[in-house]
Amino acid sequence: MEVPILKQGTYLIASIQSALTDADLSQLREALVARVGKYRARGVIVDVTALDVMDSFAVRTLRDITHMARLRGAETVIVGIQPEVAFAMVQLGLTLKGVATALDLEEGLAFLNTKARERIDRA
Amino acid sequence: MSTPKDRSPSPQPPSAEETAGLLRELVSHLRQNRTQLREEWARRITRAQLLTAMTEEEIFAEATSVYDNYVEALETGTFEALQAYARNLSERIIPRGVETHEVVGIVLLLRDVLARSLFAKYHEDFNKLNRILDAYEPAANRIANRVAVGFVQERERVIRQQQEAIRELSTPVLQVRERLLILPIIGVIDPQRARQLTEQLLRAIRTNRAKVVVIDITGVAAMDANVANNLVQTVEAARLLGATVIVTGLSPEIAQTLVTIGVDLSEMATVGDLQGGIEEAERLIGYKVLPLSETTATA
Repeated sequence: MEVPILKQGTYLIASIQSALTDADLSQLREALVARVGKYRARGVIVDVTALDVMDSFAVRTLRDITHMARLRGAETVIVGIQPEVAFAMVQLGLTLKGVATALDLEEGLAFLNTKARERIDRA
Repeated sequence: MSTPKDRSPSPQPPSAEETAGLLRELVSHLRQNRTQLREEWARRITRAQLLTAMTEEEIFAEATSVYDNYVEALETGTFEALQAYARNLSERIIPRGVETHEVVGIVLLLRDVLARSLFAKYHEDFNKLNRILDAYEPAANRIANRVAVGFVQERERVIRQQQEAIRELSTPVLQVRERLLILPIIGVIDPQRARQLTEQLLRAIRTNRAKVVVIDITGVAAMDANVANNLVQTVEAARLLGATVIVTGLSPEIAQTLVTIGVDLSEMATVGDLQGGIEEAERLIGYKVLPLSETTATA
């Protein structure tokens, strides 16, 4: 199933609705990285609230998206990881190092806004 | 004078019928001398300084019930009634601090008192005495066994219950400010508790929409590699939900242990004490606490 990607101001929001196959995940990665350039996005939010399982491929894909988007000029934040999923992930050693996380969509937007302000302050 | 052979226990165990007959005889003897044996037993309990938590009247009252149950168990060969009574008794006396050795002690004393009375009754007929003891000893030992096991099981049940209660009490997650939680940990962290802590914390982060969590481990006496790794996992899991964790109150001993065993805590934010941790957390959320005088001066 294809993941819908919404554009909201300078941010892209990918909201995962159901369990994804490896092919779906790869497709999501390609689409997101392409659209970051197309819409000149400064931030990406991936909402995983609907996922109740997160395997190593999913975790790697999310990490890849973050790093690739950063190279293209956008910060990424993963939002909505369920407590049970988080617990299972650390048990398996899948810890999403170097990837920003937030509680939900609202928090993710707040995080990206802070990041944007910091960038302006630096400039 | 009897030969040594006569003295030794009968070479083959008595048949079931014979045992039943002997036990019947034994039971009627014990019934006849009930008052006297019971008193003798209570006297010996007091003299051996067992059940010091109970008064003499209480001991005598319990001794009477145990005696009757004991004789009944010998007679019927079924232990259900005695066991139920032992469990009931344990329930009553455990909260008063009666120890296992006392319970085992009194049952063994009763066995001795009864054996003595058998010696006194049959001392003229060694063969008969031997056969009576053959019938009596296994039954008496089985009773002692059952009572002791029942008592220990009851104790273990009480201990398990208390452990459960302590475990539930021991992990409060408290909100001290909007979006700021503290989790004071006191006592030993075992894997099971670490798991419970993490689950509880993650749930609390979600329901309170927490942004920062301060975990205070001032009350944790010792830490090894396993516990440290559990802590790191808890921190990581909280981060996946978007919360920052600050650990406070690492004692000098724990700091030294962690450095010596080489656990990598570089990913973890640590602050000296709980106060410092809360101040740091407030800064992260964007609070600034000022004395009232200063706020009125600037206003």
